[in-house]
Amino acid sequence: MWAMFLGCSSAAILKLDLYGSVPVFVQTARNAIMTKNCHNDYKMKFPTDEEYPDLSAHNNHMAKVMNRELYDKLRSKSTPSGFTLDDCIQTGVDNPGHPFIMTVGCVAGDEESYEVFKDLFDPIISDRHGGYKPTDKHSTDLNFENLKGGDDLDPNYVLSSRVRTGRSIKGFTLPPHNSRAERRAVEKLSIEALASLDGEFKGKYYPLCGMTDAEQDQLINDHFLFDKPVSPLLLAAGMARDWPDARGIWHNDNKTFLVWVNEEDHLRVISMQKGGNMKEVFRRFCVGLQKIEAIFKKHNHGFMWNEHLGYVLTCPSNLGTGLRGGVHVKLPKLSTHAKFEEILTRLRLQKRGTGGVDTASVGGVFDISNADRLGSSEVQQVQLVVDGVKLMVEMEKKLEKGESIDDMIPAQK
Amino acid sequence: MASSFTRMLSSRNTAVMLASLGASALATGYLMTDSGVTAEQRMKMYPPSADYPDLRKHNNCMASALTPAIYARLRDKRTPNDYTLDQCIQTGVDNPGHPFIKTVGMVAGDEESYEVFAELFDPVIKDRHNGYDPHTMKHPTDLDASKITSGMFDEKYVLSSRVRTGRSIRGLSLPPACSRSERREVERVVVTALSGLKGDLSGRYYGLTDMTDQEQQQLIDDHFLFDKPVSPLLTCAGMARDWPDARGIWHNNEKTFLIWINEEDHSRVISMEKGGNMKRVFERFCRGLKEVERLIQERGWEFMWNEHLGYILTCPSNLGTGLRAGVHVRLPLLSKDARFSKILDNLRLQKRGTGGVDTAATGDTFDISNLDRLGKSEVELVQLVVDGVNYLIECEKKLEKGQDIKVPAPLVQFRR
Repeated sequence: MWAMFLGCSSAAILKLDLYGSVPVFVQTARNAIMTKNCHNDYKMKFPTDEEYPDLSAHNNHMAKVMNRELYDKLRSKSTPSGFTLDDCIQTGVDNPGHPFIMTVGCVAGDEESYEVFKDLFDPIISDRHGGYKPTDKHSTDLNFENLKGGDDLDPNYVLSSRVRTGRSIKGFTLPPHNSRAERRAVEKLSIEALASLDGEFKGKYYPLCGMTDAEQDQLINDHFLFDKPVSPLLLAAGMARDWPDARGIWHNDNKTFLVWVNEEDHLRVISMQKGGNMKEVFRRFCVGLQKIEAIFKKHNHGFMWNEHLGYVLTCPSNLGTGLRGGVHVKLPKLSTHAKFEEILTRLRLQKRGTGGVDTASVGGVFDISNADRLGSSEVQQVQLVVDGVKLMVEMEKKLEKGESIDDMIPAQK
Repeated sequence: MASSFTRMLSSRNTAVMLASLGASALATGYLMTDSGVTAEQRMKMYPPSADYPDLRKHNNCMASALTPAIYARLRDKRTPNDYTLDQCIQTGVDNPGHPFIKTVGMVAGDEESYEVFAELFDPVIKDRHNGYDPHTMKHPTDLDASKITSGMFDEKYVLSSRVRTGRSIRGLSLPPACSRSERREVERVVVTALSGLKGDLSGRYYGLTDMTDQEQQQLIDDHFLFDKPVSPLLTCAGMARDWPDARGIWHNNEKTFLIWINEEDHSRVISMEKGGNMKRVFERFCRGLKEVERLIQERGWEFMWNEHLGYILTCPSNLGTGLRAGVHVRLPLLSKDARFSKILDNLRLQKRGTGGVDTAATGDTFDISNLDRLGKSEVELVQLVVDGVNYLIECEKKLEKGQDIKVPAPLVQFRR
């Protein structure tokens, strides 16, 4: 009877899942079509104990949260596009993690993953994002005029400023799960959207397939080119499939606004320039993003967003704003000060080497950026960077003069 | 209700249907996005042509054989275990190949893959196995080691002898597709059988998960330990998932019979020893294999095999016998002779470095083994290696004496 209501060509029966609040859409016809990676029905024949992953040597958010009861509850579920619990957690099973660094250990395959596998994602989100609750609301603020200051960071110390985020396009599954056709559709839409930009945003798209050697060298020299992922965290999640099909880089003629297509997320949007004018970088970031979003919306493929999780991205660590706003700043004295880590923590900032995540600092130059992503807005996060970096540069100057900075140590923000 | 009903009929949107049933709590998840695309909708939105891989830069057997028409017919098929064509070919799409080395570019996720996707596997098998046609031809299996003649090499030249193959357990998915429980079941089935081996074959199992450091070091020193695959050919096919869960190494006390469990195949079986007694190596190989088969059959299991493809393994290149019989042999003079490659070709032999596939030779010592796997029996292939290596040694001896050597006539591929 329900098959008739659904009007589906295959015999499909809607079955209410006994445990969860989300029904499982079970297709029974042998020639019923589901997308790749979904042989969950077959796996359900094996008992939970036999399928449960060995996480005894693991140290990631997923392993902390996972237990047999949870696995048993969620293993029969599947998102409408066919993404399953095992698909979410494969990267965390394959990468036990690091004794000092806590990786996330799971990814979303589509927008619905965060809902269907709520019982897995909610505690991980809470752990990763400072106690963020399933009932919390996230505020989005891309009004650059709300940022105070940010145009006066000392360029003798602040070498460059950058803001990046990610965006997912509604109606398509995410990089761990998408088919070649979907990835190409995302690329096509992106090219169209970006080609319509003008003024300071006028630019050009360079697809990874068919890039000339000259173009490639230029993009490498500009530090724009992204490569096929080598990190096992990404590979194990299936994000490098079909490389370099439908991947590419777009940047404006001024080389201050850059978009990566189909790398770890549908889109990664980056605004950057030399020097310390974070205000300008953020203005361009907000304006550019809003222009792009308007065009996607016109095609009925706006960005994935909801009032609880903010912008929905592949990795739970990037939910909310998905924003990393940061500077390359010279702090040779402050970085060796005993209280450096403490200061960063209180300012809600993190440090990285100048090569980005998992790199070391070179010559006392650090990449300093916001630590938070979810639970505060874009403006708030960039404000923290602006205020925090300004303070740290003043501390550095003090230390240069041989003075103490003890009275400048900030309170916890 | 009427308006929701109309919307229900005009749209297949699951979320709307749920809402109209009054299942408001249930609907929350689906209403969160009104573009939650179902699997079926995706299929309709994206015809096979939109999914067809870009293979213009590719040089592997799969890319040579695949056409948009074949892809269109096979894309939406599934094996009984729900393995798909896209999964079979992912490794070939992700690894364009090498201008000089033609890789296979596809794998099987289960026994039925070779049948359900025969339209693509058959031409790939033909390409890789010298024109063997699985549709019409039958593959001979022969594990009677007593038939081998002249199987003792001159140990001045041959340093070691080795025969390997693979075996899959019927009813369980293969490494690209298997779930954790299936993989653990393979481990259980094989390890239980191996524990029943006696005499010179009795030995023990070392699971990768709870190996001690000492055991690990010993296995490394013996050159027995296999590592998590790093080759993208294997990792793109999903064979390293859940590493090192249910992976392990078994070997007999004499260290001449070795089994790898759940690496690239369910099991890899290796018989080896120092020196040139290939006949004894092969005899132990056959005896061990037959005994393991008997032991798994006692418990109601069997190996994947059929009369067209022989033993079914993950990679089509290993179908048939899955057998690579080889030696480490010193050929300082012959290897520098311009005719070396041609001689090997005609003898249906290949050379590798002493580190195995994709390694270079060190000094003058080469790994020489059979090229073929399918269409000739185990006995035929081992005899071919025995005869071929003996011929190479004769050439080397001739060159030592300053005599000339002859390039032998090419061997016949296989009986039709």
